[in-house]
Amino acid sequence: MDALEIARWQFGITTVYHFMMVPLTIGLGLVVAIMQTIWYRTGKPEYLRMTKFWGKLFLINFIMGVATGIVQEFQFGMAWSEYSRFVGDVFGAPLALEALLAFFVESTFLGLWIFGWKQLKRGVHLACLWIAVIGSVFSAYFIIVANSWMQHPVGVEMVDGRPVMTDAWAVFTNNTALVAVPHTLFGALAVAGAFLLGIAWYHLWRRRHDGIDVVDNNGKLVPGEAAIPGRDKSDYTVWMKSLRIGAVVAMISFAGTAITGDLQGKLMFEQQPMKMAAAEAACHDGTGFSVLSVGNLGATNCDDIVAVIEVPGILSFLAKGDFTTEVKGVNSLLGEYKEKYGTHLPDNPLYGERAGQEIQYVPVMEVTYWGFRMMIGFGGIAAFAALLALWVTRKGVVPQSKWLMRLAVFGILAPFGANAAGWIFTEMGRQPFVVAPNPDMNGIDQVFMFTAAAVSPGVSAGELLTSLVVLTAIYAILLVVEVKLLVKYIRGGVASAMPELAHPASDTDDDDKNDAGPAKSGDDVLAFAY
Amino acid sequence: MELLPTIWFVAIAVLWTGYLFLEGFDLGVGMLMKLFARNNTDRRVLLNTIGPVWDGNEVWLLTAAGATFAAFPLWYASLFSALYLPLLAVLAALIFRAVAFEYRGKVDSERWRNRWDWAIAVGSFVAAFGIGAALALTTTGLPLNANGDRSGGPMSWFSGYALLGGFGVVAFALVHALAFLALKTDGDVRHRARSWFVRLVPFAVLPMFGWMVSVQFLSGKPWTWALVAAGAVAVILAWTLARAGAEGRAFGALGGFIVCATASIFGAAFPVVIPSTLDPAFNLTISNASSSDYTLGLMSIVAAVGLPLVIAYQSWTYWVFRRRVSAAHIPEAHGFLPAIAAKVLISNDNQPAASTKGD
Repeated sequence: MDALEIARWQFGITTVYHFMMVPLTIGLGLVVAIMQTIWYRTGKPEYLRMTKFWGKLFLINFIMGVATGIVQEFQFGMAWSEYSRFVGDVFGAPLALEALLAFFVESTFLGLWIFGWKQLKRGVHLACLWIAVIGSVFSAYFIIVANSWMQHPVGVEMVDGRPVMTDAWAVFTNNTALVAVPHTLFGALAVAGAFLLGIAWYHLWRRRHDGIDVVDNNGKLVPGEAAIPGRDKSDYTVWMKSLRIGAVVAMISFAGTAITGDLQGKLMFEQQPMKMAAAEAACHDGTGFSVLSVGNLGATNCDDIVAVIEVPGILSFLAKGDFTTEVKGVNSLLGEYKEKYGTHLPDNPLYGERAGQEIQYVPVMEVTYWGFRMMIGFGGIAAFAALLALWVTRKGVVPQSKWLMRLAVFGILAPFGANAAGWIFTEMGRQPFVVAPNPDMNGIDQVFMFTAAAVSPGVSAGELLTSLVVLTAIYAILLVVEVKLLVKYIRGGVASAMPELAHPASDTDDDDKNDAGPAKSGDDVLAFAY
Repeated sequence: MELLPTIWFVAIAVLWTGYLFLEGFDLGVGMLMKLFARNNTDRRVLLNTIGPVWDGNEVWLLTAAGATFAAFPLWYASLFSALYLPLLAVLAALIFRAVAFEYRGKVDSERWRNRWDWAIAVGSFVAAFGIGAALALTTTGLPLNANGDRSGGPMSWFSGYALLGGFGVVAFALVHALAFLALKTDGDVRHRARSWFVRLVPFAVLPMFGWMVSVQFLSGKPWTWALVAAGAVAVILAWTLARAGAEGRAFGALGGFIVCATASIFGAAFPVVIPSTLDPAFNLTISNASSSDYTLGLMSIVAAVGLPLVIAYQSWTYWVFRRRVSAAHIPEAHGFLPAIAAKVLISNDNQPAASTKGD
């Protein structure tokens, strides 16, 4: 592997990994904020329990998103210095604004929320969580504005070979971003929905398995109590409500991703027709959507591919909203790209060994074709499972089947898979460009950059390999640690996040009821401490 | 001279100052976990002084890096790619350190805590050293070619200045943390921190002065020399105040020192953002490394609103958590009895749960 390939693997691995933690942070943050709001308004203790339990898991995951996010910001400069030089004038601004307007808000107010259960008034404390969650939504917006500019560069003019921002409004309201932001946020909510559903199902199943809850002759569930802190009758309500919230969130978010995804697809057929043709592995112009294509999907030889099952008209619907428009296939697009952007990489030292090589305009079709289908497939499976779960548990009873329980638990992974597949599809589908050209502009639009020119010229393959190995190793270790802790706290149940359930002597309960005022000066222990 | 690039040079210097001031003490507290704290309660007292704020402090680093990318893309690209391996070490350190804060208390085992304590201490040290070294090198020079890329091998960035900057920030962070602990804790930790501070501060600021004076010899101006002198006064003041038991003012005076230090360093380096040690013609300056006036103007407006807001709500956080932390405030670490004990997810056990038995 040369420097470019190593750098690409590194960016891919670190980004997909980072985006395991981020959607859970955004989605679960929103859900926990809603739970705490309900508790604030109704005072029902089960919502406090839900807030504490899901909030604990939220925090275990949140820190991983923070830690791996720093790598993202640094590696543009470290591994992709030519890219940074080329796009800095327009791409740096959303990153800087993300830090200034979103990260500060997120980290500061989350700190207040974690440690401020006693020091802050209840309303202020709740507001802190909301502000932090809104911060995370803003951060999603800013980073997607930056990414969307790579997908669809707008609002710039070329000056001395570099794009210079001339219209910030165009950059920050890029239509690519306006559909990608809600798509991503719904994708994040889908993760949270499946997370709640799977874990709540497991707890309910386990309560029956352990003989705490029993089903009476009328098929009605009778909650019981066990001699374990937190494993009382109200515990049942916590999980059943969590399960239902999770299922509803999962279904709403699937509808949301479908609608926004459709809009996004239609835009992409205009903005990056090659990506969408590659998503279809469609070599020739046509109207049909491939359900299954086989053959050598290799990027260079398109003619080997045979569409085994094809539904006529659907591709046209995805692209244009009708059933008859011919959608261009890879072969006819290839000619257009070669004509506009050349057949060979420029003979410029920036391209290193690749200078003068033939350009591969067709993305790796195995990845685009299957990435596109995995995104939709995993998303659909999760939503269907959520619907089924609501139906099955409509009487408040979770079946005793171990297999169903396992399905619910491992179903948590489906939306993660959909998110990863979607991002891999959209980023790999943009190749060989790191900044994709706008085909709709007249003549040759110079605002584009080949990925081959983006890597740091001064950094050796050895350095890149070192960082690839080091980061991947660290990430692997920390994934094990995070999952281990999540499992520990999930098994721990509500009491693991609410020590006061196990040790009622603590004065926390009184404070909650008395709407504890700010900072009492006594020698009482901290409400939360590391 | 261009107005907007100058403003953004100052803004970035301010962001780095904010970073060194704020994360300075929490990096120092991190190192003190292994150097100063004597038992688990001490360590928890230390951790809880920075618990609610360290993450917000770290965002100053992200903002400084992001603002450099946006305002001076060529500076960002050259600095970060030239210092590839040291920055990789900083990243690894920051990752472990961040995770350690959150995970340390999550398992009630001495071994588990000890591992994360090392992650915090070593992570804090490496991060402080690496960032100090990077800042020292951007103000004293890197072997950059005409394109702004590092020439020579992966370690060709190394110079004595890297050591000065690295140790400068590490040693500063340590005494800054001692001043912070004297201000933020009570009991034994408070008194020990103050006496350590009084004994260490005269020596701990020396490498930082070494860096400050080096930059002055390379490109100093009268007013930046004056700032070096002001920094010395601030240190003497901090020492005197700490001896007199005025912990808050001693902390403030040492904060004044770091402001003088960064101002004298960045002021002396101005308008060069990275001198090239190969050829002064390859120097990156605020003129040839900056973004367009349009971008800088836009960013100026946002920063003019955003930064004061950040300072306001971060100050509020410090106000909310203003109470001194002492051993008495640390809740007992009680493990919890898991609701679900057995590894039931995969295994095919069918015995009624052990978990209903209680302890």
